[in-house]
Amino acid sequence: MSPHIPLKGAQASQRIAFGLLTLAAAMVVLPLLLVMGYIVWQGVGAISWEFVTAMPRNGMREGGILPAVVGTVLLTFGTAIAAIPLAIGAAIYLAEYAGDNWFTRLIRLCIINLASIPSITYGLFGLGLFVLFLRLGTSLIAGSLTLGLMTLPVVISTAEEAILAVPQSFRVVSISLGGTKWQTIRHQVLPQALPGILTGIILGLERAAGETAPILFTVAAFYLPRLPRSPLDQTMALPYHLYVISTQVPGMPLQIQYGTALVLLIFVLSMNLGATVVRSRARRRRRW
Amino acid sequence: MNGLKRIRGGGFHWGEFAIESFVRVAGGSAIFLVALIFFFLLREGTPAFWEVSLGNLLSTRWYPTFGFYGLLPLLYGSLLVTVGATLLSVPLGLATAIYMRELAPPWVREILKPLIEVIAGIPSVVLGFLGMVVVAPLVRQWLGLPTGLTAFTGSIMLAYMALPTIVSIAEDAIDAVPKAYRDGALALGATHWQTIYRVVLPAARSGILTAVMLGLGRAIGETMAVMMVTGNAARMGREWAALFRPARTMTATIAAEMGEVAQGSAHYHVLFAVGIVLFLVAFAINGVASIIALRGVPRRGGRLIR
Repeated sequence: MSPHIPLKGAQASQRIAFGLLTLAAAMVVLPLLLVMGYIVWQGVGAISWEFVTAMPRNGMREGGILPAVVGTVLLTFGTAIAAIPLAIGAAIYLAEYAGDNWFTRLIRLCIINLASIPSITYGLFGLGLFVLFLRLGTSLIAGSLTLGLMTLPVVISTAEEAILAVPQSFRVVSISLGGTKWQTIRHQVLPQALPGILTGIILGLERAAGETAPILFTVAAFYLPRLPRSPLDQTMALPYHLYVISTQVPGMPLQIQYGTALVLLIFVLSMNLGATVVRSRARRRRRW
Repeated sequence: MNGLKRIRGGGFHWGEFAIESFVRVAGGSAIFLVALIFFFLLREGTPAFWEVSLGNLLSTRWYPTFGFYGLLPLLYGSLLVTVGATLLSVPLGLATAIYMRELAPPWVREILKPLIEVIAGIPSVVLGFLGMVVVAPLVRQWLGLPTGLTAFTGSIMLAYMALPTIVSIAEDAIDAVPKAYRDGALALGATHWQTIYRVVLPAARSGILTAVMLGLGRAIGETMAVMMVTGNAARMGREWAALFRPARTMTATIAAEMGEVAQGSAHYHVLFAVGIVLFLVAFAINGVASIIALRGVPRRGGRLIR
């Protein structure tokens, strides 16, 4: 195709290099596919209606994982409540209000910093502030706030990108028709940016739902065979439960471990799928 | 059209004022939150420095039950596992990014891209579990080790945690290289590979470096996957073989021990001090990454070939 006449050696080294590149790509993807297939194969036998709807029995070695499933669902909702209003507000500020000055740069630096803080450090902070200082104890509230804080930077940056992607003409027309700045944002910009914002929220929550380190000291109960009764109650959660049964409980049947891993994986990846669906549907219906 | 009927002439709208104030406060909240996090880490962590002597903190023995709080083995463990992960994930991730941008037929790319996003979504505890039940036994058998729970196993798991970050950012960087550069090289008679190696990669250098740094940042802060597969022995080895022995990272130490310490004890304060170290290291790595990224953006007509 290309109109040049390369040397023989150059072609040979190209062939070797491309072979290695292909091999590397295969080494990234194939082991994970194999291993995930292995989880499905091993875990699918453990999953039944009873497994996800029954209380654990006999020190978790029998029965189901209902409290862990419910705990993770509640924590995900709690995280959403804690993170979304603040994150969307911050995204709107950065995209529509912030000027090009040192204050904005400082905010961006802080958001990068928030995104870089290791999850276990969030766990420490949650323990220090929510659990001990504010005396919320190890509770759903403390865990949700900790996870919400961790989710903030992800949602802020994706939401800001979505808002910035709305063409300027939408704003110009709205303002020229006499709309105020906020009316323009509320009725023109946000509806157009909604799918992008939603995608960001789902991806942020997906990450929060699978996290273990931030909930270790803020919410997670080792073994609590009942459902949480109030936001101030402790709860089990899927990721922590998987950690506990695979490392802390001797004589744990392997099948229950695989089953729990599979349920967590399905929970998280279906959120991922949801985000993909939202994104591709929005792309098809986009008006610009 | 929705907006039209809501317009009232002039005047001051309380509702609008309230919501715009909220937006402004939300915008500034990131600064407040970072300050709050740092303040609480300091508040709980600094007492460690007068409760435990500096010599003790800088010793090589971590044995909190007997009052030995040497942080060096933990730093060493984190460093060992992270370096191992970097050595594995950078070549693999970079090669995958090049493959996806330059070689893969469109249908392969259409499959690979979402797949790598899926990999990024796997919870670390699931990867840790896999590491325990699948990877660690393989490492033990293949390398003939007494245990498969080693720093090396942790490096493998961390490499896979960092890979999606490295691949997607490096891919964007390669994609951002102007087409004219490629065309110029090809027109001069270079092969496709020579073009990639001599022109595209140097031009994408800063983006690739950013990818590496961010992957590194991801790796050093990772907790669960590492804790479950590294065997958690706080030891320091001087030789290379240390990579194939159990190790213990800073993150795993906090995760494993914080649940059992009494609030306000020296051990509790030292664990928070480890948290401060992690906070600062992650901040430094990401700071460097964003400086590289910012420097590399406007690159038009600059010197490419030395």
